[in-house]
Amino acid sequence: MKRVSLVLTLAAAALSAQAATAQTLKTIKDRGLLSCGVSQGLPGFSSPDDKGNWTGLDVDICRAIAAAVFNDPSKIKFVPLSAKDRFTALQSGEIDVLSRNTTWTISRDTSLGANFTGVTYYDGQGFLVKKSLKVKSALELNSASVCVQTGTTTEQNLADYFKGNNMKYEVIAFAGADETVKAYESGRCDVYTTDASGLYAQRLKLANPNDHEILPEIISKEPLGPMVRHGDDQWFDIVKWTLFAMLNAEEMGVTQKNVDEMAKSDKPDLKRLLGSDGNLGEQLGLTKDWVIRIVKQVGNYGESFDRNVGAGSKLLISRGLNNLWNKGGIQYAPPIR
Amino acid sequence: MAIEARSPPSQFVFRLRRALGGRAGWNGVVFQILFVAALAWLAFEIVENARANLAAQRITSGFGFLTNNAGFDVSQALISYSGSDSYLRVFFVGLLNTLVVAVVGIFFATILGFMVALGRLSPNWLLSRIAGGYVELIRNLPPLFQILFWYKAVLSALPNPRQSYSFFDWFFLSNRGLVIPKAVGSAGLYPFLVAVAVAVVAAFLLRRHARKELFDKGRKVTIWPYVLGVLVGLPLMAMLIFGTPCTLEFPALRGFNFAGGSRVIPEFVALTLALSTYTAAFIAEIVRAGIMSVHKGQMEAGSSLGLSRGQTLRLIVVPQAMRVILPPLTNQYLNLTKNSSLAVAIGYPDLVSVFAGTALSQTGQAIEIISITMGVYLLISLITSAIMSLYGWRLDRSMSR
Repeated sequence: MKRVSLVLTLAAAALSAQAATAQTLKTIKDRGLLSCGVSQGLPGFSSPDDKGNWTGLDVDICRAIAAAVFNDPSKIKFVPLSAKDRFTALQSGEIDVLSRNTTWTISRDTSLGANFTGVTYYDGQGFLVKKSLKVKSALELNSASVCVQTGTTTEQNLADYFKGNNMKYEVIAFAGADETVKAYESGRCDVYTTDASGLYAQRLKLANPNDHEILPEIISKEPLGPMVRHGDDQWFDIVKWTLFAMLNAEEMGVTQKNVDEMAKSDKPDLKRLLGSDGNLGEQLGLTKDWVIRIVKQVGNYGESFDRNVGAGSKLLISRGLNNLWNKGGIQYAPPIR
Repeated sequence: MAIEARSPPSQFVFRLRRALGGRAGWNGVVFQILFVAALAWLAFEIVENARANLAAQRITSGFGFLTNNAGFDVSQALISYSGSDSYLRVFFVGLLNTLVVAVVGIFFATILGFMVALGRLSPNWLLSRIAGGYVELIRNLPPLFQILFWYKAVLSALPNPRQSYSFFDWFFLSNRGLVIPKAVGSAGLYPFLVAVAVAVVAAFLLRRHARKELFDKGRKVTIWPYVLGVLVGLPLMAMLIFGTPCTLEFPALRGFNFAGGSRVIPEFVALTLALSTYTAAFIAEIVRAGIMSVHKGQMEAGSSLGLSRGQTLRLIVVPQAMRVILPPLTNQYLNLTKNSSLAVAIGYPDLVSVFAGTALSQTGQAIEIISITMGVYLLISLITSAIMSLYGWRLDRSMSR
C-alpha cells in the first residue's frame, strides 16, 4: 500500500512542474509543520514511545529544525519509512528532510536528486550472533545464514565482505527492521547484521539480550546523516547548520540549562553563536536567536547523544568517533562566524 | 443444447446504450478519433514532464542502470547469480522466483480446490461439513495474515540445522528448509532424456490409435500394458546401454548449514502453502457452483445410457461445468500470481522484493523500475488469461463436435 501511495505522489510531483523546488522554508511555514522522514522504530535514533512521541538522535535533528523555524519543537509530522521507501518519499516531496540513519555514499549523493547535509553519527557495520554458537570473529561465519534489511548499504557491504574473504553465506532480506530481527530470533538466521549502533538498539528488543553478542569486526564506514532534495540551497543550509549549531554549542559549553545565562556573556564567539552580535540567523532565513531556540528546546549535540544513545540511555554507546574533535573524536563543525 | 430465441433488449438496456452515445455515426467517429488523440497527447505530456523534472532535479533516469552491478545477494536463484551480476539478471532472478510460486501455487490450489468442492457436494455429512468449514475459515482471513502464520508455524516447529530431522540421511528438514539430494547429470543423461521423450510420444500415439478405433469402429482396444512397457522399457534400455543418467549429490552438515544437495527454503514453502490453501477455498466455491449449474437431468441421462456414476461425471457433467468454471477460475489464478508479491513480508526474494525493492532502493530509479514491474505483472496476467481462453476454446470445440 505504501508503495502505491509513493508512486502516486511521485507521479503527482512529476506532473506539477517545479512544485517542490526553491520554496521549502516558505512551504513549511505556510503548512505550519515540518514533515520529517524517520525510521519505523530504531531505539536511540528514531522510535515512538507508547504515547506516540518520537524520540532519538535522528528525531532531535528534526526537532532542532522545527525549534529554529517555528520556535516549537513539536510542530513536526513524522513519516515512518522503510529503508527502501525512504528516497522515493524525499524525491516526491512527501517529506522535507530525511533523518533516518542513512549512510552517506557517493551514489546516493549524486544520483538520487538529493544531498546529504552532514554526519550526525559515525557508524560501521557489525554482526550480532547467539553466544551459544561460540563464534568469536566474523571470519568464522563461513556458510552462515544472515538476516539483513533490504535496500541498505548493509546488504552490499555484506556481499563484499563475504566475497572478499572467500566465504559462502545465505542472505535472507526483509523489508522492515522488526521482521529481520524476528527472523533472526526465531533461528532462521545465524547472524543479524546492520550498523553497530543498530545492533545495540535491536538487541534490546530481543527476549534475552544477554544471550547475544556483537562480534568485534566493524566491516564498513557508515557515516549517517540527514538528506534534503536538490534545488533549494537555502533549505540545504538550514538543515546543515542546524547540526553544526548543535556541535558548536557543545564545543563552547552551551547547554540546555545554561543557555540563557550564556546569552548574556560578553565573549565574542558566544555572542555570534547566540545571536546578540551580527545577523547570522537572518542570513539563513531564520531569526537572530535560532541557536538559543535549538539549544533551549532540544539541547546541544552532546546532550542529545547522551540522552538518546549514550550514557543516559539504555543503549550505553560510548562517544568514540562521535566525540568532538578536541576530545578524541572526529565530530568537527565549521565555525559560526 | 437447446437454442433459446433471443429476446429484444429491455427498455433499460436500450436507454443505457443511448445514454452512452449509441452507435457512432460520422460525427461519432470524428469525436472518437479526437478523444484518442487527446489521450495520447496527455500520456506524452506526462512522460515528457516527468523526464524534464527528473533532469531538472538531477535525478538519474533511463534504463542504463540495468547493466550495472547489483552488488547484493539473493537467497534463492533458479539461474546462476552472484552479487557481481547486473540488475537485469536480478530482474530475471526475481521474475523466475515469482513464476515458480505462481505455477506451484496454482497447481496445488487447483487440486485442493477440486477436492474440497467434491467434498462439499458429497452426500457424506461429516465430509461436506469439514469442506464447508474449510472454505468459510480460509476465505475470510486476509492472505497476508495467513502467509505470516505459516511462516511462523514452519519456523517455530522446525529445529536448527544441527538437530534437523533426517530421513535415511538423504533428506534433512530444519528451519533452514528441506535439503534433498541433488541430481547431477552424468554420461547417460542425454540418451536417457531422448528415450523418455520417445516413450512419451509413443504412448501418446498409442492412445490416439485406441481412441480412433473406439470412435470409428466401436472397438475397445486395451493399450495400457503397451504404454507401461514403452514408458518403463525404453528409459531402462537407455540406462543399461549408456550408463546411469545422473548421480546423486548428498547433503552434509558443514559449518552452520548443509553443503551439497538442493534446498527448498522455508520462505518458499510458507508462501506457496498459504497462497494455495487460500486460493483453493475460492476455487472450491467456483467448482461447486459450476457442477451445480449442470442440470441434474444430465446425470440421469448419463445413467440411462448405461454409464457409471464416475463416467457420467467425467464425460458429461464436468465438461459442461468447466464452461462455467473457467472464467472465474482464471481470475483466481491471476489473484494468486498477484498475491505472490506479499512475499516481501517474509523475505522471499520475488520480483517485488528484489527488483522493485532492493534494486529500486539502490538505484533510486522508481519510475523506471515500477514501470517495468507493472508491465511484467500485466504480461504474466495476460498470458495466463490467454492460456485459459485457449483451453476454454478447445473445450467448446470438443463439446460441439
